[in-house]
Amino acid sequence: MKTKIRDVGNVRVLDIDGKITIGVGDLELRKQVEDAIAAGRLNILLNLGGVTHIDSSGIGEMVGCFTTMARKGGKMKLLNLTQKIHDILQVTQLITVFDVFDSENEAISSFKQ
Amino acid sequence: MLSSYENIELAERVLAELCSANMVESETTYWAGMALREALANAIKHGNKLNPNKRVFVHLALQAGHELRIEVEDEGEGFNPETVADPTAPGNLLRSNGRGVYYMRQFMDEVSFRAGERGGTCIELVKHLNSRRTT
Repeated sequence: MKTKIRDVGNVRVLDIDGKITIGVGDLELRKQVEDAIAAGRLNILLNLGGVTHIDSSGIGEMVGCFTTMARKGGKMKLLNLTQKIHDILQVTQLITVFDVFDSENEAISSFKQ
Repeated sequence: MLSSYENIELAERVLAELCSANMVESETTYWAGMALREALANAIKHGNKLNPNKRVFVHLALQAGHELRIEVEDEGEGFNPETVADPTAPGNLLRSNGRGVYYMRQFMDEVSFRAGERGGTCIELVKHLNSRRTT
């Protein structure tokens, strides 16, 4: 997994490529979110457009980050789900938990509401 | 293979090669690979409890046009799949674990568990290759 970090206004955007899977990507995702919180960035947008694989550990870490952000008074939202990632979230009904966007501008704007 | 997460990549590549050589659709290969990943992660983490001296045994069998059969066996202490909670139940939706077996059942056509010959658990995953179901 590779991550590019961007700050757009008050939103930390994480452009993720590759695999969010057990033992590698899941831990990297947690670290990126912890780093954002430590930097005072409580709005996080995960751009998953370049993610090829996410397993149950990656999904679990994403849910864990989502609840951590909520406890801190922040928000974590998702951008650019591929069909496969959408399907993976759909079958466990997590698609109903996350705010999901296809447009980065709309996603960024949604944090202001 | 040894109980290392890095070996999951190797096993998935072998499965992909097998499927490619037998003209299996890429979608089927992808979801079968995801199910294999989940089975191996379970075997390494929950079965062998990350003990690097314990092994995971993987058997792949493909009958072109008929079925893909995957067996993953660990050297752990056994596992009762009945104890796995439904991750889609409202109270479990935000849990950070407990989705692996559920995903395997979604990705494959048949999933079964039995006691392995070495005292651990053997997971058998089957994909019908004439099936149109992808998830």
